[in-house]
Order: sequence, then structure tokens, then C-alpha cells
Amino acid sequence: MTPIYKPVLTHTFAAALACLGLGIVGRQAAHAQETPATAAPPASVKVERGDALYGRPEGGAAAKLAPVAGPPLATAAAKLPLDKLKVPEGFHVEVYASGLANAREMTQAPDGTVFVGSRTVGKVYAVLPQPDADGKRPVKTIATGLHRPNGVAFHDGALYVAELSKIWRYDDIAQHLDGAAKPTLVYDDLPKDEAHGWKFIAIGPDNKLYVPVGSPGNILMPPDTHAQIRRIDLDGKNAEVIARGVRNTVGFDWNPKTKQLWFTDNGRDWVSEDIPNDELNVLTEPGKQHFGYPFCHQGTFTDPEYGWGHSCAEFTAPAALLGPHTASLGLRFYTGTQFPEAYRDAIFVARHGSWNRTTKLGGDVVVARLGPDGKIAKVEPFMTGFLQDNRYAGRPVDVLVAKDGSLLVSDDYNGAIYRVSYGQ
Amino acid sequence: MRRRPCVARGLAAALGALLAAGAARAAPEAAMPERLAPCIGCHGAGTSETEGVPSLGGQLPDYVVTQLFQFREKQREAPPMNDVAAGFSDDDLRAYADAVATLPPPARSGAPEEAGLTERAQALVAKHQCSSCHGPDLAGRDAIPRIRAQREEYLAKALAGYKSNARPGYDPAMNEVAQELSEADIKDLAAYVSRL
Repeated sequence: MTPIYKPVLTHTFAAALACLGLGIVGRQAAHAQETPATAAPPASVKVERGDALYGRPEGGAAAKLAPVAGPPLATAAAKLPLDKLKVPEGFHVEVYASGLANAREMTQAPDGTVFVGSRTVGKVYAVLPQPDADGKRPVKTIATGLHRPNGVAFHDGALYVAELSKIWRYDDIAQHLDGAAKPTLVYDDLPKDEAHGWKFIAIGPDNKLYVPVGSPGNILMPPDTHAQIRRIDLDGKNAEVIARGVRNTVGFDWNPKTKQLWFTDNGRDWVSEDIPNDELNVLTEPGKQHFGYPFCHQGTFTDPEYGWGHSCAEFTAPAALLGPHTASLGLRFYTGTQFPEAYRDAIFVARHGSWNRTTKLGGDVVVARLGPDGKIAKVEPFMTGFLQDNRYAGRPVDVLVAKDGSLLVSDDYNGAIYRVSYGQ
Repeated sequence: MRRRPCVARGLAAALGALLAAGAARAAPEAAMPERLAPCIGCHGAGTSETEGVPSLGGQLPDYVVTQLFQFREKQREAPPMNDVAAGFSDDDLRAYADAVATLPPPARSGAPEEAGLTERAQALVAKHQCSSCHGPDLAGRDAIPRIRAQREEYLAKALAGYKSNARPGYDPAMNEVAQELSEADIKDLAAYVSRL
């Protein structure tokens, strides 16, 4: 893919975007390539490659950084950080549902019911569309005791749920919201690694199930079974690898015009505060493309250890950069009509927010707009305020275009879903 | 856990006391000493004297609430805590966590360490970057537990449980780290950290 650079991007605007951790692939990315020369020595060789902390330099400020899981209990509705959340003029934010501890991926049934997975609390929820007498949408727990059931996808009356290493189908789910449903196993030919083992799933326009398998650690040479996206028939058969060199994607969707798969990918940790960026990628030739990991990151930066002997030109470059360590997760094209024309077919991305960085970055929803050439023209903040004084007031995980054209945003830190609407 | 008769007796008695103390559960506003009494029965007032039962002193509420949640949801199996927590509301979990967090840190215990342990264990602590999450003095922070001066056999069991995935962490961080530990590593780490 040819890197893009928009001449309209002035230096001032580019600098502003850089401050927000956003960049366009092109000149800025080329500049980032120069950074490693002055970066700290990359890796402690003592730590085993499978360790989450592999690659972390010893001592100093780096020792103060660690991933932190959100709490297991949802924040009470009255204590949600609603007044801190900012959206562009004309848009409005409200609480759509609360009390869904560790709310992660979302999917919506035609009747409006929103199903929500979780990563740390083992539950899958259903949010009913009609508020009760108190004005709150009832939340049902449809499954408990699952192992990291992050992924959910509704299709033809059934709910597909992805655990760490098993994918289940709950048939006729609308009639089984009481938690007693018996699911059917769809697919379990999956590794059991905890690292990057939780899954975002979706069903494509080809009626196939798309399942990622992340790298089983920060930076390592992944086995042939990992660091990829697979495509599987809905009955669990005919699995094929359609993308390789993918470190950990936790969000993807299909361009409504081209039907091509776009996905986020989380960059490696511990190289530097400022590189590599998380990536926004597009799959144009299923089964044929390699997106770089572990050899090349952000399309421009060969890995300090695994990059030797390689050039980034060997791999598919990202369509846009999403900021260093921002944990860019859920991604959806805006297919509704409620938002202004400028948002049609734009891409919303939930950035969970960094941990591997002294000054946190992300903790917002950004919008990536495509130009007439189908390439990313710019990436801008859309929903901000989750990050306050270098602390998280909430952490967005997934975005979903609701049936009415509003945008739902899940927050696993507070166990809540927000609704962003326009002009109502 | 291998049950020893004296431990089993102690647990049974304490569990009886705890279940009898249902009043504490029924009244979220119960005074802290009253709420803590059944906990202290097994866990001690900060320092556990019971084999296999962890000291709770000095733990932060975010960690305690997460463990209680995992007991209630049966994500972490540790009899009798699953039965104890089964009927707790979210507010109960928070109240017990806040109460437990008032207990003083455990006192150092255990026999004098063998020669060479400190060097081996410190190398392991550095290699596996324990202090990255648990803090430079391994006293924990936020939802990450205090491990210094924890009971030795409890630490060894926890690490073995993470390694075998018998104990899936709330977050997979410890399961990842423990994959590379040998049995000898676990023994050394438990012996060293419990004596800090």
C-alpha cells in the first residue's frame, strides 16, 4: 500500500494531531523511523519471551508502568463521568445503560437488544431496548462463568460468543435471555494462551465468522497458529488464515462500499514512549498479506530485535496511525444517517488508552475519514474526556452504530454504555 | 491444598462462626469490628497463623474486592470462600473490602532463610519484573496485591495455580508471568518474598 500524505495538512494541524497521538501515514511516520536511533536500549535479555513484560528496560521510570485491569463492579449510574465527556457541537451524550461490569464488545439484534461481552468477569449481558419505569434499560445476564467472553456477534437470531479458546452459538437468543440457554460449540481449534487471548469477533458480508488469534506475548516470533485473523464458516468448518503479522486486533469492520476488512492492531510495548503507533489496517487480498509483526511496526519501523534482515517494504503498511500505546480497540464504519453527511462511511475507533506510557494517550473515540480515493484523509478526536489529569475516568472499548443511527460506546472501567446522538 | 486435620478443624470452626455471623452480611452498616470478626477467625488480625490461609493485612481494597468478587462468581475456587461470598451483594463486597483494608500489614515470620536464597530469589524478582506491578517493596498498589511477608506456602500455591492456570487471574498478567517459572523458582520466590 502506498503511504499517503495530504498536502492540506498544515504543520500546525499536524502538530496538533501529534499531540493527540494521531498521525497520518507519510512524512510524520518517516520521521518516527528516525527515532529509534536515540531511543533507550530496547530489551532486557533476562526476561523470557513469553512474558508480558518481555522487552521492558530495567529500572527507572519504566518500572512505574504496568497494565491495570478495571474493577469487577460496575460504577453506579449516578457516579458515571457523563459530565466530563465531550463531543463535537450538535452532538449529545447520555448514559444508554449501566451496571454491566467490564462491558466490552457490543452487537445489536434487529429488535434493538444490545448484547455485550466482558473480559474479566465471565459474563455476557443483554440490554433491553425499552427503558423501564425508572427510565433505565433493563440489563439481563444471559451467561456467567465463561472464560474471557469478550466477543459477541448477532446473526440470524443467534448470538455468537467468543471465549478465550471456544466460540459458542446461542440459538434463538431473544427467547433465552434468562441465563439458562444451552449454547452449541461452533469452533475450538484455538490456542489457550492468556496473553492477547480474548477475542473480538464479527460476521462478515460473506456470512463467515472472523476470529483473531493474537500474539502470545509482547514481542516474540509467533507460532504459525498465532498473530493472525482467521475466517471460518458459520458451522465452524473451513477455517483459513486471511491475514498474518497481526499482533493483536480487538476491532474490525467491513467498508460498506468496498466490502474490504478494516482492522485495528495494537503495537508492541517497551520500545519507547512514542513508538510504535497502533495501526489502522485494511485487508485488500485475503490470505496474501502480512502486516509486519514481529518484523516491522507502524509500517516504517523495523523491530530492534526481529527487524534485522527485513525491510518494512516487505509488509503491508497501515492505512493510518492511531498513536503510540493508545490501545486502539473497537472499530466500526458509520453506516447510519442520523449524523451529518461528513460522517457517512467514516470509521469510529475506540481507543482504550495507554498503560505503557508515562503521559497517558488515548481514552477517547476518534473518527477516521476517508477521502474520495478511499484512503484515510484525516483522523480526529470525536469523544474525549475519559482521560483526566493523566488518570482514567473511564475507558472506551467498543463502538457500535445503533439501529437509529446513534453511536453506542462501551466503557469497561465503569461497566457502562453511552449513547452519542445528533440533533435530537 | 492438602488438608491437615488441625487446619480442617480450624476452618470448620471459623466457617461456622462466619456463617453464624450472618448478621454482618444482613446489615451493611454493621460496625467494622463486627464485620471483620468472622474474617479474623481464619485469617488473623492482619497476620494469618493458619496454614494455607493468607494474611490479609495491608491489602488494598481494590484487590480485596476483586478477590471477593471472584469467590462469589466462582472464578477463583478457594473453599470455603466461595460459599462465604455466595450471597454477598456488590455493596457487601465493597464493605468487606474496605473493612479488610484496615488490618495492619502482616508481621514477618518463618525460619531463617538458607544460604544463597536471597541471591537466587532477587535474580528471579528482577528477571520476572515483580516490582513492575507489585511495587519496589512488593507492597502492592491499587488492585495488585501486597505479597511481602505473605505466608510462604500460600505464595507457592498461588504461583503454582497461576502456572497451571488452575487459578485464572482476574487479569491474565500472573498467568503469563508464571508460565516460565520452574518448581524450584516458585519455591525460592515463596521462601524469599514471605520473609520480606
